[in-house]
Amino acid sequence: MNPMNYIYLSALLFSIGSAGVLLRRNAIVVFMSVELMLNATNLAFVTFARMNGNLDGQVIAFFVMVVAAAEVVIGLAIIMTIFRTRRSASVDGANLLKY
Amino acid sequence: MSGASMLLSAAAETGTGEAVIFWLLAPVAALAATGMLLMKKAVHSALLLALIMLCLAVFYIAQDAPFLGVVQVVVYTGAVMMLFLFVLMLVGVDSGDSLVETLRGQRVAGLVAALGFAALLIFGIGDVVMDDQGLARANEEGNVEGLANLMFSRYVFAFEATSALLITAALGAMMLAHRERIEARLTQRDLSVRRFRGPYPAPLPGPGVYARHNAVDTPALLPDGTPSDLSVSPILTARGDVRDPRSGSTEIREIERRRDHPDHPDHPDHPDHPDHDEGEPR
Repeated sequence: MNPMNYIYLSALLFSIGSAGVLLRRNAIVVFMSVELMLNATNLAFVTFARMNGNLDGQVIAFFVMVVAAAEVVIGLAIIMTIFRTRRSASVDGANLLKY
Repeated sequence: MSGASMLLSAAAETGTGEAVIFWLLAPVAALAATGMLLMKKAVHSALLLALIMLCLAVFYIAQDAPFLGVVQVVVYTGAVMMLFLFVLMLVGVDSGDSLVETLRGQRVAGLVAALGFAALLIFGIGDVVMDDQGLARANEEGNVEGLANLMFSRYVFAFEATSALLITAALGAMMLAHRERIEARLTQRDLSVRRFRGPYPAPLPGPGVYARHNAVDTPALLPDGTPSDLSVSPILTARGDVRDPRSGSTEIREIERRRDHPDHPDHPDHPDHPDHDEGEPR
């Protein structure tokens, strides 16, 4: 099977994730869409590693996973803090910097 | 797990097996991603995202990356998604999306931008011709050993930076989650005063207890027959999980129908009813 199919799937998942970031208003769903985009890039990295015949892509995918885990911890803590002060998880609620 | 991974790696060697895995799971992943985008409730989106992550783990294992496949299951579906579900539990289920557009045309513009981006990516990479060298040579002393050799030689600085990143993330999460108590804890007296100044000093009514329905999602009926909103949790109301005691159960309607019938003893026109008036003086 042509491994380019994995790249097409990765591009599709990345686009769907970006659509989620642009369209959804719930901060947690936006954050899940970001995770989907990170997963899509990981799939591309693993496929590129297999195409090029070395393991560098897999190492980079591993680092992406570590960064994503750290990002989830901080991002969810920020969402929790915003929710505690504003009682809302909508991204439209946190617009204080506008004024 | 090891049996499944052996099966998957054996299937990956053949190539047609890999194609079968791909064409079975790629539509699942794409549909789950679309569903994640369209689901109204965040919990459903989280579960669909977990499904996508499991599909990707199978793809990793099929592409000679068994270590990353296992890490994907353990870290992403195990830790990250559980963290998401935990935060959803804390934030509450009534935090649905508002359908009001704060920026006019933003939804259409976002959709167009995403579709254009997808077209750019897919048609852009369609022109690229890449060969498939495979990882048989790179993995010949084992996938984990090969990754470890790279990680502790060429990428050792990135690895060290990762440790600093993880410590910073842990500290930052503790900082953000910590809350200093800036006012005195309310005593029982304060709570009592607040309750009697509030709109409803009495204890809230309990949920409905009926012959067939005895659950917290069924509201109690007031004397005039209307359901009492105070008797069910507002979270259940926000989630839309409150059962209407009058629509769901045909028994209640049957009882009401019999009560309203003139032959029933509770009906005012029945001869045994105390309010019954035959028109003649007693």
